[in-house]
Amino acid sequence: MSAILLLVVGLGAMALGYFVYSKFIAEKIYQLDPDFKTPAHEFEDGIDYVPTNRFVLWGHHFTSVAGAAPIVGPAIAVIWGWAPAFLWVVFGTIFFAGIHDFGAIWASVRNKAKSVGALTGDVVGKRARSIFMIVIFLVLLMVNAVFAVVIAGLMMNFPSAVVPVWGAIIVALIIGQLIYRRILSLALVSLIGVGALYALIGIGPSVPIQMPAEVGGMSGNAVWILILFGYAAIASLLPVWMLLQPRDYINGLQLFIGLLILYGALVLLNPVLVAPAFNSDVPAGTPSLIPLLFVTIACGAISGFHGLVSSGTTSKQLNKETDARFVGYFGAVGEGMLALAAILAATAGFATLGDWQAMYSAFGQGGVNAFVEGGAFIIHNGLGLPEVTAATLLTVMAALFAGTTMDTGLRLQRYIFQEWGDIYNQQWMKKPAIATGLAVGTCLLLAFGAGGADGSGGLIIWPLFGTTNQLLAGLTLLVITVMLVRMKRPMWFTLAPLCFLLVMTILALLMQLRTFWNQGNMFLLVLDIVVLVAAIMVAMECASALKRSRAEMAAQGD
Amino acid sequence: MHDDPLHGSSSRRDKLRAWLNQARFFTEEVYSSRYRGAIARARRDEDDLFMLLVFSEMMGLQNPASYYTLELQPLLLERFHDWHRRMGMEHSPLDHFRCC
Repeated sequence: MSAILLLVVGLGAMALGYFVYSKFIAEKIYQLDPDFKTPAHEFEDGIDYVPTNRFVLWGHHFTSVAGAAPIVGPAIAVIWGWAPAFLWVVFGTIFFAGIHDFGAIWASVRNKAKSVGALTGDVVGKRARSIFMIVIFLVLLMVNAVFAVVIAGLMMNFPSAVVPVWGAIIVALIIGQLIYRRILSLALVSLIGVGALYALIGIGPSVPIQMPAEVGGMSGNAVWILILFGYAAIASLLPVWMLLQPRDYINGLQLFIGLLILYGALVLLNPVLVAPAFNSDVPAGTPSLIPLLFVTIACGAISGFHGLVSSGTTSKQLNKETDARFVGYFGAVGEGMLALAAILAATAGFATLGDWQAMYSAFGQGGVNAFVEGGAFIIHNGLGLPEVTAATLLTVMAALFAGTTMDTGLRLQRYIFQEWGDIYNQQWMKKPAIATGLAVGTCLLLAFGAGGADGSGGLIIWPLFGTTNQLLAGLTLLVITVMLVRMKRPMWFTLAPLCFLLVMTILALLMQLRTFWNQGNMFLLVLDIVVLVAAIMVAMECASALKRSRAEMAAQGD
Repeated sequence: MHDDPLHGSSSRRDKLRAWLNQARFFTEEVYSSRYRGAIARARRDEDDLFMLLVFSEMMGLQNPASYYTLELQPLLLERFHDWHRRMGMEHSPLDHFRCC
């Protein structure tokens, strides 16, 4: 199978989804109104509520939702062969993610730009809101732990990327100062920033930094995880303009450049997919494709995290209601493209099937390393860039994304702890340093509790992260569906994905429960039970909310 | 959009300048719009502390710099209303400082 063919089919299907399906949803289901006064106009304050050009808003939305997750998930899931991952990413983007992200913006815009959490309280009920808070906390906890493990793995496997990854942070700090103090214009700063980042990527391979396998009784991996959390804790306490804002900006530019390089090299090289379409010879211990595929790939097919972005910031800046389709649906398509690139890199970037099988020697192996090595192979052969430089480039891309997500994730976790301190009247918990310490502590517990003292097995929780993320998506879809029922509009376009997600999530949790029990991993067993209880509560909440709304509508109709 | 008016003949240079202006507008929006809220809030928090310092004497708090802050009060009058509402007071807390 030629990679270009798969690329064309995938992009073609997503384009059809955008031009045909999303148009249908916009006109018939959500019924967008160009004259509707959006919250950005109604509450315009120059701070949160600012009508924003739709291309700018799309750029923000896309770069906020696209991170390391749509790379890691698909790169793990190709262990079942390229076809299942490809089909789930393409159809997930068209019928699940697009509708979910677009719907979250619409629902929020129609409700004074409230966040999905608040909407769950208003539309579904108070109990659902409490579940929502717990699920959010679990998602943040897992995302921080998993990403620390992912970056630590990258630092160990690709020592050439250590200098550029940490150098990029210094570049971002300098850029932040240059812009905040208005020393240089932004266009110039962008050029300098990207130039400096690529210069660092260029020199990275000549100054590799390898963490020793053991440092003071701890594995190198574990030391990296500790360093990363130390960094993320400090970064999350800094004002946003100092580091987060410039780093996000550079990441955004880097995302577009990286995608362009990868897709360009793919087209020039046209490699063959060495991995089988359906892998009949999966390594021992690989769980069944159904339902695990649907939780292994969350971001890239559908992700609840997007609902938080859609309703938290995007909906407050939407200029016209009709822009929601472009920003939300096309944002999901952008993420689908990133996931597609990850699938192609992890299946076509190997010389032989044997090489590929060696990379995917067990479930959870491969992953982001396969993406980097496969992608580097393609860039090297397609564009002639040295392989080690290409690998450094992709490692930097993945690590910076994951790092920004950790920074944001820890910030949000800190807010949750501070809010709890407020609710339960614990003054000490409201202090930023203490709340951050608690957030980091819980994440470290998870990273080491799940994977043992070296933290290398932390990726075991990846599917668990997926299930939690899907639960969040389920809650958002529930809010949209209840709204549609109350407006007497067809509900199947959101209810069908919702039911599918819930069934797959609960099945996956049950399967993992058995695995953890057999492994005797009590820590993950307990975590799985917590998520399972939340999932069952979400499912029951769905049933009762829909029944109630339908009964209300029927009573009104009489 | 901040298009420069194309005066005279639409020469290549003017077109380029308009294009550059547009590019600058876009990059600046991309850079700032996502964090505008967070930064504005942080700045407002600092301002709130400053307001408290300026109006502290009126609320019974000793302020060694009141000689200077008194002079600032008229300048901050416009912001006073928003400030006391943000601080959770529906009406002005000061008898001689009625704004609503």
